[in-house]
Amino acid sequence: MTMDYGTLRGLIALLILALFTIIVVWSYSKKQKGAFDEAANSIFEEDNDKAKLDNMNSKQESNKNV
Amino acid sequence: MSQSNASSVDYNFDVVRQFAVMTVIWGIVGTSIGVLIAAQLIWPVLNFDTPWLTYSRLRPLHTNVVIFAFGTSALFASSYYVVQRTCKTTLFGGKLASFTFWGWQTVIVLAVITLPLGFTSSKEYAELEWPIDILIAVVWICYAIVFFGTLVKRKTSHIYVANWFFGGFILTVAVLHIGNSMVIPVSMMKSYSIYSGAIDAMMQWWYGHNAVGFLLTAGFLGMMYYFVPKQAERPVYSYRLSIVHFWALISLYIWAGPHHLHYTALPDWAQSVGMVMSIVLFLPSWGGMINGIMTLSGAWHKLRYDPILRFLIVSLSFYGMSTFEGPMMAIKSVNALSHYTDWTIGHVHSGALGWVAMVTIGAMYHLIPVLFNQGRMYSIKLINVHFWLHTAGIILYIVAMWISGVMQGLMWRAVNTDGTLTYSFVESLTASYPFYFIRFVGGILVVIGFFLMAYNMFKTIYAKDNSLKPVEII
Repeated sequence: MTMDYGTLRGLIALLILALFTIIVVWSYSKKQKGAFDEAANSIFEEDNDKAKLDNMNSKQESNKNV
Repeated sequence: MSQSNASSVDYNFDVVRQFAVMTVIWGIVGTSIGVLIAAQLIWPVLNFDTPWLTYSRLRPLHTNVVIFAFGTSALFASSYYVVQRTCKTTLFGGKLASFTFWGWQTVIVLAVITLPLGFTSSKEYAELEWPIDILIAVVWICYAIVFFGTLVKRKTSHIYVANWFFGGFILTVAVLHIGNSMVIPVSMMKSYSIYSGAIDAMMQWWYGHNAVGFLLTAGFLGMMYYFVPKQAERPVYSYRLSIVHFWALISLYIWAGPHHLHYTALPDWAQSVGMVMSIVLFLPSWGGMINGIMTLSGAWHKLRYDPILRFLIVSLSFYGMSTFEGPMMAIKSVNALSHYTDWTIGHVHSGALGWVAMVTIGAMYHLIPVLFNQGRMYSIKLINVHFWLHTAGIILYIVAMWISGVMQGLMWRAVNTDGTLTYSFVESLTASYPFYFIRFVGGILVVIGFFLMAYNMFKTIYAKDNSLKPVEII
């Protein structure tokens, strides 16, 4: 079977459309929600850890400012 | 290290500090040159009859300094910071990160020397000659090694979305820069592109528009996805939308370049592809903008007292405006009016001063106290003054350029009943003078804002560690 350039381009366009649809379905699936919520909140983790630690060790001298 | 908590990671913040400080310095330099050339358009005598100070040589210096010195230093600083914090590990490559700082600053200094001397490849936003291009490529590949190496050795399982945008930007800019800078050198400071004619033009705008799409958009979106939630103290509005945003944006942007070449020798079909892709780009752009702004949903009151958050959120409003205006200007019939006029300059500055500069300024005001062990910037009031100066400056600038641009477009296309042109070019130029003056005033406000920022920054840096306490809000 021979395929001309135009058909190939059409197929690639369909492939990309399918890929995009998969990405949308995957990212909006219920299964991922928990993991994504966790990821979205991950940028606050370190501050919380630090705040907790600061409270716990408030009398302990800390040599790190970071 | 006695404590085994996450915050005991020995982060490499030195390189982040260096890039952050240089961001502000280059911001002053870049916008000041912009004001000088804006003034030259009103008072041509300001080139002092020296070739080094002519508009034609300083204009590329202005664009190079604001994009590659100011903007890219900000991207280095924020990507190095965000990738370390979100991956909970220090930068990969040890001294390599420091090399990217000194290497990049060398590139900029070389630009500041060679461009006024008249060495140029004449490719817009890629004017630097081939030896400097090679240095850029080397530094950039090291940047990629440091960034992706850090991702590989991360201590977290998930790669936070900001890093996806940073990664996409780093990778694509490498490909764009190396692809577009292919030349045949004929001497130390002179070379010819290996591409010719319409292909050269297409390569140039494939590069040029994606410098906008990946460097000035994807990179700064990475900044947005970290600093907006951080400053608002709430997670991003929709993490799922951010994933769709990323894939949609990077797969579409790469095709939009031909809209810079409407009605040229570029084949019609390529022009149409560029136009259609630019229009479709509106969707991911606004998806991302909504995602950023809605992060504040339920916490809008924070905008009342937090000028840093105001910078970040208003930057997104300008991003939304520019990414509506852009697709509209990419439509061929609109482009027939807008192209080669000041409207384009207005559009660029609504993106550059509104989106890029404001999100950078907001991110830097958030970052500088963290980097220099302070609870806040030296003066919140000065940040607020900066916000209003910058906003007023942009509005004067873009409104003046819109009016001037549309006026120029209409004057250039006006014909008498016998088919001759109604106006000569010089008549349209004379009509633009008042708007050039308004633009000049707007530019001065922006520069003053940057000086305030530098003052505020150095006061914060030189204050005693932890002497500036965060403001408690009731």
